[in-house]
Amino acid sequence: MLKTRIIPCLDVADGRVVKGVNFVGLIDAGDPVEAAKAYDAAGADELCFLDIMATEDNRATMFDLVTRTAEQCFMPLTVGGGVRTPEDVRKLLLAGADKVSFNSAAVARPDVVAEAADRFGSQCIVVAIDAKTVAPGRWEIFTHGGRRATGIDAVDFARSVAAKGAGEILLTSMDRDGTKQGFNIPLTRAIADAVDIPVIASGGVGTLDHLVEGITEGHASAVLAASIFHFGTYTIGQAKAHMAAAGIPVRLS
Amino acid sequence: MSLTVLVDYDSGNLHSAEKAFQRMASEGEGGNILVTSRPEDVARADRIVLPGDGAFPACRAALGSYGGLFEAIEDAVLRKGRPFLGICVGMQMLASRGHEYRLTEGFGWIAGDVERITPATPGMKVPHMGWNDLVIERPHPVLAGLKTGDHAYFVHSYHFRVADPSQRLAWCDYGGEITAIVGRDNIIGTQFHPEKSQAAGLRLIANFLQWKP
Repeated sequence: MLKTRIIPCLDVADGRVVKGVNFVGLIDAGDPVEAAKAYDAAGADELCFLDIMATEDNRATMFDLVTRTAEQCFMPLTVGGGVRTPEDVRKLLLAGADKVSFNSAAVARPDVVAEAADRFGSQCIVVAIDAKTVAPGRWEIFTHGGRRATGIDAVDFARSVAAKGAGEILLTSMDRDGTKQGFNIPLTRAIADAVDIPVIASGGVGTLDHLVEGITEGHASAVLAASIFHFGTYTIGQAKAHMAAAGIPVRLS
Repeated sequence: MSLTVLVDYDSGNLHSAEKAFQRMASEGEGGNILVTSRPEDVARADRIVLPGDGAFPACRAALGSYGGLFEAIEDAVLRKGRPFLGICVGMQMLASRGHEYRLTEGFGWIAGDVERITPATPGMKVPHMGWNDLVIERPHPVLAGLKTGDHAYFVHSYHFRVADPSQRLAWCDYGGEITAIVGRDNIIGTQFHPEKSQAAGLRLIANFLQWKP
C-alpha cells in the first residue's frame, strides 16, 4: 500500500536555512545539508528546498547545496524557487534534484510545464500553486510571494497544468501560510478532487491534527510543513505516529 | 578491481545514483564506479547499471542515439553474462514492448508489456508516487536482507506486466499488483529507485555489487 508522505520544507537564502532548524545535536542549524541529513535520519519521506531569493548569485549556491545534499541523502529531493525554463530544470536535475517545481513561470507561461514534462518526464515536474480565497468556494492564484493577484482561478489552473504534464501539485494556501491554523481544507479538497495527479498540501500547519485533516478532509496525497518540524515542536516520528493512529498509512520503518 | 558502469545516455539524474553506488562500493569492496556513455567502457565492465527517467520511447531513442552503446550492453549482458541492473525506465525497457505515448519495442529480455497504471480503486492518483511496501515473491541474491514489508520509493505512471510469473521477483499494491522487481539469470531490474530508497535501497545496491550470477 502506498504510504502518505510527510515532507519537511527548507526555505533557503544565500545558502542558509531561513530561521534555522532547531534539532538537538545539529552542529550547524543553518546549514541546509546538515538539516537534510537530520531529516533523512528522522525518517522524512521526501525533502523540499525552496530558494526564496532566486537571484542569479543565490542560484549558484543552490546548485552546490543540491549537489552536496544528493551526495549524502539517499531520499527524494524537490527543489523550487525561481525556476523559469526547461534549462533551469535540467541544471537542477543534474545537480541531484529528483523533482523541480515551477511557480510564477508556470502562471506566466503554462506551456513551460509541457515543454519540461516532454523533455524530462512528468515524474519530475511539480507545479507550485499559491492560492488565496477571494470568495467562498473561489480561490485565485497569486504570484510573487502572494503579493500579486492574477485573476486566474486556482482549480482551473490546477486542471490545466495537470493536462500539460505536471506530475504533482504543491498547493499552498496563502491565507493560511504562517498562521498555524491548519490547511485551507476546502481549497485543498477542491484541487485534489479536480486532478488525477498527487497534491501536496501546504500552508498553515500548527498541530499534528492539521496534518491528518489535510489527508482525510483535504484529500491530499502528501503533507508539507516547515516550522513545526524546524522549531522542534514535533518530530517526524511523532507526526507519523499521530497519522498512523488516525488510520492513515505511513512509513514507520 | 572490479568495474561497475552506470550508463549515461542523457536520461535524468545520475548524480545521486553515482553517489549511492560509490558509497556502497567503498563500504563493501565493491570496486570502481564509472558513469559513462562509451561502448568500450561497457565492454570492459564487470557490472552494468542502466538507469532511466522519463518516457519509455524517449529513453529508448536516447539510448539508441549513442552509436554502439546498446550493442555493447547487449553483448556484455546476453553473451558475456555480466550482471545487469535496470532502474525505473531502465527496468521497463527490458520488456518486449512499451505502450507509453506510442508502441515502442523494448529489449525483449524479459517478456511482457509496459502499460499505463489503472488502479482498480477509484480516485487513486497516477503517477504512483511515494513509498510503497514490497511483497517479495522469490528469493534472490540481490534481495538478500530485504524482506516483505520493506519500503521503496516509486515514481512512475506505467508498469511492467511480466508474461512469465517466474520472472517477477517482487510486487507492491497500488489498486492492484504493480511489478516492483523483475529478474532472470544475470539480469535484474527495479521499478523503484534504490538510490532514493534509504536503507533498503542501499542494501540492494551493495548486494548487486557483490552479485556473481
